[in-house]
Amino acid sequence: MSATTNPLLEAKGITKYFGTITALENVNLKVHAGECLGVVGDNGAGKSTLMKVLSGLYKPSAGSLFFQGKEEILESPRDSQNLGLEMVYQDLALAGNLPIGENIFLGREPTKNLGFLKLLDFSKIKELTNAHLDKLKINVKSADQKVEELSGGQRQAVAIARSTAFNAKVVIMDEPTAALAIKEVGKVLDLINSLKKTGVGVIVISHRMDDIFTVCDRVMALFQGTNFAEANLSSTSRDEVIGWIMGKK
Amino acid sequence: MEDKDKKIVSLHLKLMPYLEKYGILLLLVIMILVMHILQPDVFLSWRNVTNVFKQISWQSMLALGVFMVIVTAGIDLSVGSIMMLSLMILAVVAKAGAPWYIVVITPLIAGFLCGLFNGLGITLLRMPHPFIMTLGTLYIFRGTGNLISGGTPISGFTDEVRYLGHGRIDLQWLGLEKSQYLPVSLVLIAIVYIIFWIFLNHSKTGKWIYAIGGNPNAARASGINVNKILVIVYSLCGFLSGIGALILAGRTDSGYPNAGLQSELDAIAACIIGGASFFGGRGTVLGVFAGVMIMGILRNGLNLMDVSSFWQQVLIGSIIVLAVYVDVLRRDLGTRK
Repeated sequence: MSATTNPLLEAKGITKYFGTITALENVNLKVHAGECLGVVGDNGAGKSTLMKVLSGLYKPSAGSLFFQGKEEILESPRDSQNLGLEMVYQDLALAGNLPIGENIFLGREPTKNLGFLKLLDFSKIKELTNAHLDKLKINVKSADQKVEELSGGQRQAVAIARSTAFNAKVVIMDEPTAALAIKEVGKVLDLINSLKKTGVGVIVISHRMDDIFTVCDRVMALFQGTNFAEANLSSTSRDEVIGWIMGKK
Repeated sequence: MEDKDKKIVSLHLKLMPYLEKYGILLLLVIMILVMHILQPDVFLSWRNVTNVFKQISWQSMLALGVFMVIVTAGIDLSVGSIMMLSLMILAVVAKAGAPWYIVVITPLIAGFLCGLFNGLGITLLRMPHPFIMTLGTLYIFRGTGNLISGGTPISGFTDEVRYLGHGRIDLQWLGLEKSQYLPVSLVLIAIVYIIFWIFLNHSKTGKWIYAIGGNPNAARASGINVNKILVIVYSLCGFLSGIGALILAGRTDSGYPNAGLQSELDAIAACIIGGASFFGGRGTVLGVFAGVMIMGILRNGLNLMDVSSFWQQVLIGSIIVLAVYVDVLRRDLGTRK
């Protein structure tokens, strides 16, 4: 967390155009191990675009990403996952027609060999899923339940479980509490705190000042696609951060 | 009273997954029973049953291919034309005097390449919907088939070439009569369907095909190369149409310009009757098989009863609408309100 250690993830001068629209212009961001960075900004400020750049879903028009001090070019989300960079999307990015376990392991399914055939190991998927859900204290009826049968809160929990199932080093969460019941918000925030303790760098995008001021160590504001302000949580206030969101310093 | 209601509700929630999985088989069994009652002497006779399987043999290949495409929330309108083009290439190669093992493999390669062409067109040319690409190739492939054959039928293949579509497996060693044989095409259907069942349900690629249909963004975010999977799916669909061409070559002993005309619609109909969803991500291989069987039995049964083919069209159309409506009702029951 101290400024002397290298950041786990650093983005420098990220710019992203969509046709004639400039979504991001020269944006910088860094997050250290065990630190939680809050990213705030109004709708359309470029928060989600920035996160999609970090996760490799969008390629930046300009700028570079450094992971543990080394420059990385992300061609796809698979690249960022391989580095230990996981994303929890606002739209959750779950396949409703598949069960919980298969969603958690989607794209990284454990297999077993049957002669020359590589078949999915469903019992292992189930076993690992149950163990992981237990660890995170997430309650669902069964790992075989289809995601489309779950409540919004349960889906968010599955999405977070998915992001942390593979020893992530940085977890990016886009509005992780937006669709949750109040009881479930506390659980998600607890989860973020315990991730920090294990040395994971967490980036949280949120509109909710309560979230930011409960779990974050540092907060940065985007305004119209640019860096607007940044401060340690201890040296700012809710009112100031809300002002940043609206473009007032 | 409330408790009783709850019990009923929980019972139907428990039954729902089974109904969703096997409901279509129930419909198939009912159809078979009805046909048996209407035509007790003929319908379930060895001769007629094998006949049904021979009739559905090549359609079942097209339907399976189209099914995989529909699972990805796509559509392939070109399967009939792929089959016709593959058949024509087979016929031309056979007439040129190529050895049988070359002749047999050409429709498979041709079908695969046609499917690859579809897949690359959809992904590389970024077509707004597979409907457009495959509508285009529906014309392109059939036109090409007519160009290479001159638009006239080419007939007469060797027994080896005709084996898959026309071959018989003798069962006299089981003490059965000579007329009670097993069509090779039936064995082929079973093998191909089992292979694709394993592929779709037990391989990573198969799981990803369902994931793409369920939520392509989720698949992409999971690091799955969606375009690559789509190219594989359309190529396999073309390959299955190529197998269809090989079967048809055996059955008809001829490559003819009208082969597979409108059979893409039959294939889509079989998938829909079998419970596949146009929105993607839903449906089973078993369901497709049932869908193909239902269409085959309907046609066969109506032929046995001397119903005009015009009425057959009306009935098949009605069954499509009815099957999907039953599905809508089933989903209504399945969701808690």
